[in-house]
Amino acid sequence: MTASRTETTMLPQPQVDLLPKEGVVAVEHGVDGHTVLTVEREHLLDVLKSLKETPGLDCNLLADICGVDYPERDARFDVVYHLGSLEHGHRFRVKVPVTEDDATVPSAYGLWKAADWFEREAYDMFGIRFDGHPNLKRILTHEAFHGHALRKDYDPSQRWLLTEENLMTPKWSTGEQKNDDHLDTQVLNLGPSHPATHGTLRTVARLDGEYITEAECEIGYLHRCFEKMSETHGWEQVIPYTDRLNYCSSMINGVGYALTVENLLGVEVPPRAQVVRVILSEFSRIMDHAVCLGANLVDLGALTNFWYFFQIREEIYGLLESCAGGRLTVSYARIGGLAHDVPLDFEEHVRSLLARIPKFIDDVDKLVTTNKIFRDRTEDVGTISGEEALAWGWTGPCLRASGIPYDVRKAYPYSGYEQYDFDVPVASTGDTYARYLVRMEEMRQSLRIIEQAIDNLPPGPVITDDHHVALPPKEKVYTEMESLIWHFKLIFDGIKVPAGEAYGFTEGANGELGYYIVSDGTGHPYRIKVRPPCFAIYQAFPHMLEGSLVPDAIAILGSLNIIAGELDR
Amino acid sequence: MKDVSTVNVDRGRIPLSEQIYLGPIVRGLTVTLRHFMRNLFGHKDVATIEYPEVKRQYSERLRGRHILTTRDDGSLRCVACYMCATACPAQCIRIVAEENPDAPVSAEKRPKVYEIDLLHCVFCGFCVDACPEEAIIMSRQHEMAFSSRAEAIVGIDELRQKGPIDQEDLGYRPYF
Repeated sequence: MTASRTETTMLPQPQVDLLPKEGVVAVEHGVDGHTVLTVEREHLLDVLKSLKETPGLDCNLLADICGVDYPERDARFDVVYHLGSLEHGHRFRVKVPVTEDDATVPSAYGLWKAADWFEREAYDMFGIRFDGHPNLKRILTHEAFHGHALRKDYDPSQRWLLTEENLMTPKWSTGEQKNDDHLDTQVLNLGPSHPATHGTLRTVARLDGEYITEAECEIGYLHRCFEKMSETHGWEQVIPYTDRLNYCSSMINGVGYALTVENLLGVEVPPRAQVVRVILSEFSRIMDHAVCLGANLVDLGALTNFWYFFQIREEIYGLLESCAGGRLTVSYARIGGLAHDVPLDFEEHVRSLLARIPKFIDDVDKLVTTNKIFRDRTEDVGTISGEEALAWGWTGPCLRASGIPYDVRKAYPYSGYEQYDFDVPVASTGDTYARYLVRMEEMRQSLRIIEQAIDNLPPGPVITDDHHVALPPKEKVYTEMESLIWHFKLIFDGIKVPAGEAYGFTEGANGELGYYIVSDGTGHPYRIKVRPPCFAIYQAFPHMLEGSLVPDAIAILGSLNIIAGELDR
Repeated sequence: MKDVSTVNVDRGRIPLSEQIYLGPIVRGLTVTLRHFMRNLFGHKDVATIEYPEVKRQYSERLRGRHILTTRDDGSLRCVACYMCATACPAQCIRIVAEENPDAPVSAEKRPKVYEIDLLHCVFCGFCVDACPEEAIIMSRQHEMAFSSRAEAIVGIDELRQKGPIDQEDLGYRPYF
């Protein structure tokens, strides 16, 4: 059986003697390989600071901040931080219990800028206040929204009409004119319904002539209460909803979710399912990059490439549909494996795609890579240094374009990625052009992985035979009493995931896609927090805009690949 | 950081040959011209379909509109066990059960009402997976238009299989 990260004791562990002591109430070892620190609020900042700055710990990535509500506890909320060190590979989960009356913690914005939007989300959803946060206001819901939606006592069925007409208006957009403005202040709304945003994103920009001097983003237009809804659904029933997170590469989301739940359950995925998951995930990644680059190029006026890339996408959808029965929303992953085996002509189909796709990538390569108009338009546009990108919590191709070769598939291999020979593309300049080059190369590397995977597609089952987790095969349900009983039990009671928590992360098309899952042992998830990679990326966008031209804003936005489905959840 | 095999994709400064637009432009034009010629004379690579005159051939796993299958005597196979309604993540299935007095023991329960709200449905196929009777399967019919929300709630009459099962446009179902 191939090693999978479901037994995540494989994560590197930190040196115990380096860990901060003061204010740390408990140190545990999570089933997901994380070192879990429970910290008193008074010492939170010191602990975070020492985790970040102690040589040997060096937690330079703040992956996620979220709240969890335990209404029956005295300290009702947990504020949960997920930290990681790219140098050493170890991962931390820091939990801070706070009471409802005094739900305040110090802001970590001074340590990692990534805390900016994550803290705002925790405030929006739980009402936890972050002292010292520069701009603590609601983020996913409307400013006039009442209550905090992810609290357990919030009733989701209550509805009211928001009649406030005023949109989010940044302070600077209404204030006095600044001295250094050359012209009257112009405020430009980019979005939420704008052809170049490719999603419901709104950016308010203050202009000085053609230059943007200040900008602010408003998100949440596509908020669908994914996290709240999953608390009322069974573990398996969440899978169709994960398809709608990053809908350009829905397979990857389902696999990431399934891996995390499998980690909590401790079930092993059959090798065939792992390989099929890898193949389809890599195809999804190619598709996602194709859409991102195609759309980015359209925005820059290079329409033809869009057709070439969309032909790739169309053909991959054909493959996904022949396996899963859905094109965009595949719902193919299951906890413990896959919904059903791939069709008989799968291998042939994959090989024909492998033969066809490089041609389209080459076509685009010839059309634009050396084209001076394109290079002039993208080089030194939206430049961000590796350090700064990491501080904002960037991961994925955008981070690699800034010179940091962090790829979850290499750093924490799962589903057997360690068996495949592939390279991580990196660029050093960190501009829009570099992000284009990295994505182009990643598509080729994904093809390499698929080639190796399809050569070694093992026979066998595609889902675990543990009937606490997976439905028995239909022919047995029709003929055997015992299987029928298992079938009934699984449908009516759902999977029982043992109480506990895990943070599972995979390499999504945009970067580290994390699921922080808390189970209380019943048939429903207690809390699911998705760490969408583009949420962290997009929070840096308004800062990248400062000083850039309006048309550059379009070029930068396209190269970041912001998918509203996963941004707003 | 753990040593990972990386490939640097930086392209450095623009070489002189690319400074003068001409080379890359000609190269790009050959690509588009090639596609143009192929599409004009060969029809080899044309990815577009002249929908709705021509329709894409979908696989037999496509999850389209549901079909309620029937037994040989024309009665519904459904025994109103509520498994599909329980498994449905969108909670779009409504069943009211009733007794079928004349039927054998294995079919003494039947649905009086079986409704699917197709506007709520997410077409995940969980109902098909859940059904122990193969009473609900899916067709490949994916073109659905309604003029009102009420019309989108379809009942037994609309969902029941119309003729012999092999003449339906079968999509996602167990065994295929």
